[in-house]
Amino acid sequence: MATLFQGLPSSTAFSSSNKFNHVPAPTSFSERKSSIVTVRSDARWSPVLNYATHKPQRLITNAVATKADSSLASTSSKPGHELLLFEALREGLEEEMERDPCVCVMGEDVGHYGGSYKVTKGLATKFGDLRVLDTPIAENSFTGMGIGAAMTGLRPIIEGMNMGFLLLAFNQISNNCGMLHYTSGGQFKIPVVIRGPGGVGRQLGAEHSQRLESYFQSIPGIQMVACSTPYNAKGLMKAAIRSENPVILFEHVLLYNLKDRIPDEEYVLSLEEAEMVRPGEHVTILTYSRMRYHVMQAAKTLVNKGYDPEVIDIRSLKPFDLHTIGKSVKKTHRVLIVEECMRTGGIGASLTAAITENFNDDLDAPIVCLSSQDVPTPYAGTLEEWTVVQPAQIVTAVEQLCQ
Amino acid sequence: MALSRSGSNLLKPISPFFSCAPSILSRSISSSNDSITVETSIPFTAHNCEPPSRSVTTSAAELRSFFRDMALMRRMEIAADSLYKAKLIRGFCHLYDGQEAVAVGMEAAITRKDCIITAYRDHCTFLSRGGNLVEVFAELMGRRAGMSNGKGGSMHFYRKEGGFYGGHGIVGAQVPLGCGLAFAQKYSKDENVTFAMYGDGAANQGQLFEALNIAALWDLPAILVCENNHYGMGTAEWRAAKSPAYYKRGDYVPGLKVDGMDAFAVKQACKFAKEHALKNGPIILEMDTYRYHGHSMSDPGSTYRTRDEISGVRQERDPIERIRKLLLSHEISTETELKDIEKEVRKEVDNAISKAKESEMPDPSELFTNVYVKGFGVEAYGADRKELRATLP
Repeated sequence: MATLFQGLPSSTAFSSSNKFNHVPAPTSFSERKSSIVTVRSDARWSPVLNYATHKPQRLITNAVATKADSSLASTSSKPGHELLLFEALREGLEEEMERDPCVCVMGEDVGHYGGSYKVTKGLATKFGDLRVLDTPIAENSFTGMGIGAAMTGLRPIIEGMNMGFLLLAFNQISNNCGMLHYTSGGQFKIPVVIRGPGGVGRQLGAEHSQRLESYFQSIPGIQMVACSTPYNAKGLMKAAIRSENPVILFEHVLLYNLKDRIPDEEYVLSLEEAEMVRPGEHVTILTYSRMRYHVMQAAKTLVNKGYDPEVIDIRSLKPFDLHTIGKSVKKTHRVLIVEECMRTGGIGASLTAAITENFNDDLDAPIVCLSSQDVPTPYAGTLEEWTVVQPAQIVTAVEQLCQ
Repeated sequence: MALSRSGSNLLKPISPFFSCAPSILSRSISSSNDSITVETSIPFTAHNCEPPSRSVTTSAAELRSFFRDMALMRRMEIAADSLYKAKLIRGFCHLYDGQEAVAVGMEAAITRKDCIITAYRDHCTFLSRGGNLVEVFAELMGRRAGMSNGKGGSMHFYRKEGGFYGGHGIVGAQVPLGCGLAFAQKYSKDENVTFAMYGDGAANQGQLFEALNIAALWDLPAILVCENNHYGMGTAEWRAAKSPAYYKRGDYVPGLKVDGMDAFAVKQACKFAKEHALKNGPIILEMDTYRYHGHSMSDPGSTYRTRDEISGVRQERDPIERIRKLLLSHEISTETELKDIEKEVRKEVDNAISKAKESEMPDPSELFTNVYVKGFGVEAYGADRKELRATLP
């Protein structure tokens, strides 16, 4: 039906060599009607790949983990601005609140305190107490209130101070949020965004290091996305707010202080699309959220050893972007999933099943899934490190997979 | 006087049915509006507030409409009982007969812009909010003509245009939703209130107190209505609640105890509550009512209470009998007129059932409709502001 993001046509002022030396000037943007650039987390500009055709792309073959030289960034005409991930989330939130008066935020300490991770800092003074609401510690009821408000047309953003606290609101999220559109025969829409930081942090203890994406993934009627860079954090936040469906946006505690450059212009990303982080030929590595950085670190080592991994940040946890994933599997024939969820019933488990069902003929080897251990996250630093997947394990897994 | 569905719902292919359905619930269209003053059966008991007066002004037309509406609701529930026994209605079916005065009295005190949300005993509340019988029976039988396209069932009746927000299976969860509705009303500053109804069983849910705390903090126009029918499924209220004075449980929130079998007491209390909520924030109403049927159709209703108790309440406190006595004593209608209304209502219900039976089951493709809004494909655009849509193959 609609066109997807189109790559830059080859007739433009790009050299035919594999490396991109410069970023086009602003005038050329207006001529090419449907081109978009993505900013990767290493501040390198590149065109988005054309998914509609299977033409070989102008791929960047050298490892992405190295920082681009600053001259590249400085020659770009619209360099954007640098900020941290939580500031990117705040920017997205602020822009949407300005744009639509129905958007409001509710959560613990989001108002006067400014948010426990500063995502909502300054918004209460700007928009007032009725739009940025400090709730008491009552997740079940304020999630329910957000859903009730959404039934009438408001667009609340419900913040869980830590995703783990939303377990107390599981009834509301599963029964009311996910199902009301269906059981009312389409009469009510629930355009809520439920967001919060989750994942294993730095020695936060078992209850504050939970990964709820595995618990929420089978609830029908909701969408789940996980952000990992300032660019996709802002884009996904805006898309989630504009979506008519309930969206759960998973952030990660350790990624809030990631600094990166994002465009000045307004942009909204697609909630169901995966991000190609590093194109490659030998193996497809699927990951999301913080594990993306572990994978990219492992990719450095792998490239030095001569492997060429293709890294995809799946971003959309429900539904999976099987188009991007499938294309990649058909190219590389080997899949490694690296996730922070538990082994049992995690996102990796569902993804393994989905890929096996759909692309079994394209696989040369069984899918390997690296997940966290099925234990409550211990407090001791060394033990905590061993619960989560480390870059060395990723390297070993790729080596074994590619034999 | 509006038919409950004025063509706003374009998806339902059954408009021919509605052109012949008579006006289901009459609001007070009057031939005579000389006001009559009625005394409620017992005075109100108040907690932290001044109770309203026992005298309620009404009119002959209102009395007649109360009688007709309650007779319709009673007949509908009895018909649902026989349909369930004939296995046309499956699953859970929670009947409201005995409690009709709460639905009818509340509706008389408020407008369609005010919101009502309740749990699964929702058939009659749906009707009072402008629903019609064909929708009710079709939904109960799982047919496409139901208000939720047959996909909700007995516990998921909704009517957006009528301000009726359901219809919820997990008791207690509707109270935070109701406070959210009240929050949205306060946000849009439109001077309406929300009635969040729950039962004596759900009154012990923690989320109720959480929601009450937030509603009181933020001054939300939320009215929590406890329909105390004295039994939480099979457990009597004295076995489930240490303090069965549900209207006092708000502590800092004022409360009012009302005879829920007296439609005029309910009307007076709801009017009072609406004024209070718009000025001072939340208030709790406890409706002392009774259900003749068991908790649901799978519960005979006699293992935890005696038949004498049920027939006793039916003789002393039945809401329809009370209105009948008033109509007769004020000489507004005669015995035969009332009997004719009941016959008419019975015929109406039978017609609705046969029309509902004619509706077909939902198509298998409907399994996947309305899971998400508009299917997938959020519109997104890149930094150069060109909007594109990404759709998955």
